[in-house]
Amino acid sequence: MTLDHFWSILFLSLHAMVPITLTAAGEVVGERAGLFNIGLEGILLLSAFTGALGAEAGGWPLGLLVGIGTGAVVGLFFGLINAYWKGNQLITGVGINLFALGFVAFGLRALGTPAFHDVPRDVRLPAIQTPVGGLSPIVFLALVMPFAIHWFLNRTRAGLWVRAVGENPEAADVAGVPVELVRLLATTFGAALAGLAGAYMSISWMGAVTKEMAAGRGFIALATVVFSGLRPILTLAGGFIFGFFDSLATWIANIPGVKEAIPWQFVSMIPYIVTLLVVTGVIGRVRFPKALGVPYRRE
Amino acid sequence: MKRVYDTLRSVAESILAAIIGLVVAGLILKAWGYSPISAYIALFEASFKDLYGFSGALANATPLILTALTFAVAARAGLFNIGAEGQMYLGALAAVAASLFRLPPVLHLLVALAFAGAAGALWALVPSGLRATRGVSEVISTIMFNWISRFLAFWLVANVLVDPYRAEKTITVLPPSRFPTLVRGTDLSYAIFLAVAVALLVYFLLRYTVTGYEMRAAGANPDAARYGGVRSAKVIVLVFLLGGITAGLAGATQSLGRPPSYAVFSGLPKISNLGFDGIGVAMIGRNHPLGIIFAAIFYGGLQSGARVMQLFAGIPLEMVRMVQGVIVLALALPELLRIFRGFRRRRVELGGER
Repeated sequence: MTLDHFWSILFLSLHAMVPITLTAAGEVVGERAGLFNIGLEGILLLSAFTGALGAEAGGWPLGLLVGIGTGAVVGLFFGLINAYWKGNQLITGVGINLFALGFVAFGLRALGTPAFHDVPRDVRLPAIQTPVGGLSPIVFLALVMPFAIHWFLNRTRAGLWVRAVGENPEAADVAGVPVELVRLLATTFGAALAGLAGAYMSISWMGAVTKEMAAGRGFIALATVVFSGLRPILTLAGGFIFGFFDSLATWIANIPGVKEAIPWQFVSMIPYIVTLLVVTGVIGRVRFPKALGVPYRRE
Repeated sequence: MKRVYDTLRSVAESILAAIIGLVVAGLILKAWGYSPISAYIALFEASFKDLYGFSGALANATPLILTALTFAVAARAGLFNIGAEGQMYLGALAAVAASLFRLPPVLHLLVALAFAGAAGALWALVPSGLRATRGVSEVISTIMFNWISRFLAFWLVANVLVDPYRAEKTITVLPPSRFPTLVRGTDLSYAIFLAVAVALLVYFLLRYTVTGYEMRAAGANPDAARYGGVRSAKVIVLVFLLGGITAGLAGATQSLGRPPSYAVFSGLPKISNLGFDGIGVAMIGRNHPLGIIFAAIFYGGLQSGARVMQLFAGIPLEMVRMVQGVIVLALALPELLRIFRGFRRRRVELGGER
């Protein structure tokens, strides 16, 4: 283990951490407000695809915006169905995931690149060059975002509203907080961050779109939210753990001696097994908002 | 009277949701520059006009009935089991593994099916145990198990069950363990009878047995059920095992009863997403075993029609999964039918979910 290895694993982990941490930090806001979105996986996939299309049409800034916008639109939809029309949150999430699976596979085939859609190098988000390798600017955003969300939730009036509608919507309602609107905006914000994470995957990190690129990350982000106990700063730790094992898997699979000894398929299982172990380990010590997943109806 | 009304209401909701799904997907097709109307005509003519096309619909419906049951049984007991996908992969491969040895006809098929059911149930065991003993959300654990199972299946196809002459697929299933073909020249086999029989069996189990009653009670009102002496850990494990068996059988119908391949290919191209599509089918069928049979034929017809549509109109067949996604989104709305009465929301709850 030389210093080079250390830097290469650290950079790989940081890059793999970004989609998990951004998505999980956003979902913390949504869940604090009482909405549980299992459609994050679909949002990651959708916005990776639309973000790539945006970048190809108008460069990476447009790509990032389209990705965020895609997430926000889906989040708005999720919020309308669940905050206003009292829908079933789990079913809505499944619907989003199925739709994304179909839409992206449809779109990729319609573009004539069914298996693998390459994002041209000149429209990708340029990496910051450091002495030990390139680093995506979004990494820094992902490192700062959980702190910003922590500050928002705990130090601002709007953050108090978010916590109130998730914990005790009746009391919030009596105090004059627009419960439905706050829930709608909170979940839309979370979905927009997932949209940014999706666009990051296609136009910065991987530089390509495939049908399976989300690879369970939306659900790993949900697991990270559980791990963090809905404290945004801890999504950094959770994201890094999964990022580390994700990149370790890629890294191990490319070491000459190991490649023959352990089949790559088993190495690829590591992030999912770690996710399960971590969630199993922390469960029971996590306290969720009282009204999480429960539609609010005024009596 | 109330039962009849509820049933009619559910059916009407599903039909309305299906129409919404087709219309929204049609708008997306239009936006992409395709002609939705001629696309839909091609699609429905291809799958529902003659016996040949309908056989394709039934062939597609076969595995979907079984994976939908996995989701539905759990949903009736108040659980959100999305693990059919991974259990189905291992069922398909376990059924292939039965061809590593020779047995007389019929017996061989039964042994292969038993392998598949056991593999699916085994794969469901850990998530159910984690849920029953530690309260780990089955939404997260079953998805993680799906991915682990996917890589395990890749490995099994490439190393354990690999065809010595063709590295991209498993060994071909031996003829004594295959389902005979039902309609010559199509890929419809007798496996459809297995799927329907299992659905009827699950219907009977849920409606007429004590175990089924306990499952439904646990789903309808967990606290009351516990007070009434229903052990929730037992219900959770039973529901997952039953779901694992049906998902495993779903996989088996594909490796044992889907001409012409009778094998699983590397990358799992033919069986991928059968578990996830089953979730949509279960919802369209309102988690009712009989509703699921009709929903699966509807969705199976969309799938086989879409293949023809892709061939002649050049529209990617994946659009049907888009349709399904929108249908499920429409069904997430508790009072979908209210659209007809000007979106008035009811303030008073008549039972149901909190």
